[in-house]
This record gives sequence, structure tokens and C-alpha cells, in this order.
Amino acid sequence: MAGKLKTILINEKDNVATAIVALKAGTNVGLEIQGRQERIKLLSSIPMGHKFALREIEKGVDVIKYGEPIGRTTAHISRGEHVHVQNVVSHRGRMEGA
Amino acid sequence: MNFQGYRRPSGKTGLRNHVLVIPSVVCSQGAAEAITRNLKGAVYLANVFGCAQVGADREQTKRTLVGFGTNPNVFAVLVVGNGCENLPAKEISEAIIPSGKRVEFIEIQDVGGTKKTIAKGRRIVREMLADAAALEREPIPLRELIMATECGGSDYTSGLASNPALGAASDLVVGEGGTVILSETTELIGAEHLLAKRARTPEIGRKVLDLIAWWEKEAIATGQDIRGANPAPGNIAGGITTIEEKSLGCIYKGGTTTLEEVIRYAFPPTGKGLVLMDTPGHDIDQLTGMMAGGSQIAVFTTGRGTPTGSPIAPVIKITGNAETYRKMKDNIDLNVSEILQGKETVKDAGKRIFEEVIAVASGRLTKAEKLGQRDFCIFKIGLNF
Repeated sequence: MAGKLKTILINEKDNVATAIVALKAGTNVGLEIQGRQERIKLLSSIPMGHKFALREIEKGVDVIKYGEPIGRTTAHISRGEHVHVQNVVSHRGRMEGA
Repeated sequence: MNFQGYRRPSGKTGLRNHVLVIPSVVCSQGAAEAITRNLKGAVYLANVFGCAQVGADREQTKRTLVGFGTNPNVFAVLVVGNGCENLPAKEISEAIIPSGKRVEFIEIQDVGGTKKTIAKGRRIVREMLADAAALEREPIPLRELIMATECGGSDYTSGLASNPALGAASDLVVGEGGTVILSETTELIGAEHLLAKRARTPEIGRKVLDLIAWWEKEAIATGQDIRGANPAPGNIAGGITTIEEKSLGCIYKGGTTTLEEVIRYAFPPTGKGLVLMDTPGHDIDQLTGMMAGGSQIAVFTTGRGTPTGSPIAPVIKITGNAETYRKMKDNIDLNVSEILQGKETVKDAGKRIFEEVIAVASGRLTKAEKLGQRDFCIFKIGLNF
């Protein structure tokens, strides 16, 4: 493999990838998405272990990681934007206390 | 694609050629151990049950012991009982006969004490070992593989590196027509609806949801809420957004294919493809259940490190944590930490795991086998009386 990767894309259906090092806003990250080399400019700083959008995601649609919906967007998310609790909710709700 | 295995009289395929000594009861375990001592190729089970058990609990112990006897990694079986236990050696031995392999039983009370039992047992096991040595490996299609998956001692690297890589390998095994077992039902919580949706039929999906409901009810009966507040604040700080994401990080090790079947503890899968076995999250309970269900090999991901092995099957251990690999090289077989260093993709690591599975299936020894690590623990579901 050429060069060092800064992100992990787990399943080719995913619309998010995970940063494996802390990445600053404005960084261009290169990754292979469904066989194509793409560059994504990060719109937010992404802490290590956190996710960013691989493409534009409308409000109210599924966020896909591990090839499965891990929750629903509560706002429009742009390509390269941080995807986390501020713009995603669980389909199951938070299981506090149950 | 083929591997090199041992063809059994039942038509099934073994990856190993063990002579197995099964103590039918806890008090014959010492004799069973002594019978196998220093006999290369002979193994015993550290069974601590087999007496004063009733109903479904007794059945589960019997099914597990018989499952180890019929497992195709085992060439021949000697069952050692005491004589008065309520799970008699004869009963276990008779249940193994249909597998077509040689099976004998002896009882300490009948033979006349431990020393005579050990001497007689060793004579029988030596004969079995001599016969086993005559058998040779032959090419076997990969569709005959039943691969158990497991994770334990997890950390942040499990959901990002080792489990996704194992998931990619699981998909390759299913793609070759083989079988993959996913277990530890309690770890599905939060993502059970997603696995249920991947089921072959709505009935199979329903079974997944019913299992989770049962475990939650059992936990609540003991005053515990296993769903709890998930993901925890520490998980969120680490980048985990929802409970689905957290649980998927664990169950992804089974891959992404259709869920073909849900089976009870220590029962064999009836078809091919991805299968869910209902087991606890307890590492050795679940490993034991999958081996009793006829799995011949396990792949075990770990973040913190674990020494786990099985008496009758190779257990390949994988970590995505570079520090754990460095510290526990004598326990861990494969290092996939380069995923987190950006030097290897999940897909490429999955291919490496798949290649290791084929090499180990064909005879390469795992670290746990070299160390003689032989963990055995039956999932107990009732009181001893």
C-alpha cells in the first residue's frame, strides 16, 4: 500500500470513516471508497476514534458504519464534517436506566 | 479452495487427530488427567460437573461432553466414570457411538480403584494413539469448515481493527461455502434488531430478538440491568455515538452475510453460512459450546490479551493492539495493529486471517496449542442437588 492511512473505512457501504489519529480541520485525507481513490477535506477537527462524513448526508437519514445503520442524522451533514452525538441519535434511544 | 484435514467415518472432517479422555464426572477428572499425562496426542477435559444434576442442566452437561466426543477433531474417545454418578460413562459413550469412531468407557468402582483405572485407561489410549498415527491428511474443501468466532478482553482496538478484520475473514469463509458461528448473545444487545433483519426468514429474526429478551429478563431477575447506560460517557469521548455502533463493533467479527440459523448452546449447526449460537459472554463457556457444536477451529480477537485455548481445537488469537502483541507474543498469533497505524486495510488484514485459518486448519500449531492451554467450562444452567 502506498503511503500511510489516517482513517479506517470498515465496510464499503459505510457513509462515515474513522480517524485513527487526531486530524485538524482543513486536512485533506486520502482514502479508497468503493475502489476509487478520493480526497476529502475535513470541515471540522476530528479526534482520534471519531467519525467524519464521506459524503453529504441529509437530515433524518441513516448513518452507516459496519455496513449497518448506527443511528439517524438530526441535521444535514456535509462531506468532511464530524459525525457524532451533536448530529446523530440512536434508533434505539439512549438506554439510560432502561 | 481446499485445506488438509482428516476424514472421519461419519464423513465429517477433523483438523486435529486427538485421542480424547472424557471424565463423565468431576471425581474421575484426576484419573482422566493421569491417563493422558505425557501421552502425545491424548487430551482430557477438565470437567467439574456430571453429578447431582437434573433436567435441562443435566442434558446440557451431557450434550456438551458428547459434543466433544463426536467433534471431528477427535479420533477416538475413552470415557472415564466413577460409577455412581447420575451422568454415567456408559450413557455418554453410547451417545458418541453413532459418530462411527472408536469409543470405550471404564469406571473406577468397576475396575477397582484409581491406579488400576489409570493403567487400564493408558493401555486403551495407547492403542487408540497408534491407530490415530496411521491416519493421513487429505485435501478437504473449505465448505466443511465450521469456524467459531469470539472476542474477549476487548479494548478500543477491538471494534476498529481486530473485529472488522475477523469479519472480513468470516465473509471469505462463508463465501467458500463454510460455516461461521457467532456467539455471546449478551454482546448483541443494542444491535439485535440489525442482526435480526439480516436473518434468512422472519422466524429466524424473531429468535434473535427472543434470545435478547430472555437474557435481559434473567439479568433483571438477579437485580442487574445489563443494557445499562450505553454508550457510557467514556465511549462517547472515544468516538462511539450510539449503542448500535458499540454492539456492532463486537458482532461484526461474524461478518456481514445472511444469518442462516439460531441454535441453542452446544447444538450443531444444521446448514452452512453464518449461525448464531446462544451462549453467555463468558469466554470459556462460549468456546466450549461452539466446540461441542462441532466447530473445529476458533478465531479469537482480543485487545488486552488472553491465553485461551481449547483441549480439542486450534484457537487463533488476534489483536489490534500493538502493545498487547509486543507484551504477549507467546499467546497471540496474529497482529493486525497496522490497521490502526494506517499501514494495512481491514480487507487486507482479513485476507491474512483467512490464510492463517487455512494454514492452521491444515496443521500449523497455534500459540495456545504450543503452550498446552486447554480451557474447558460448561455453561451451567441449574443447581447441583
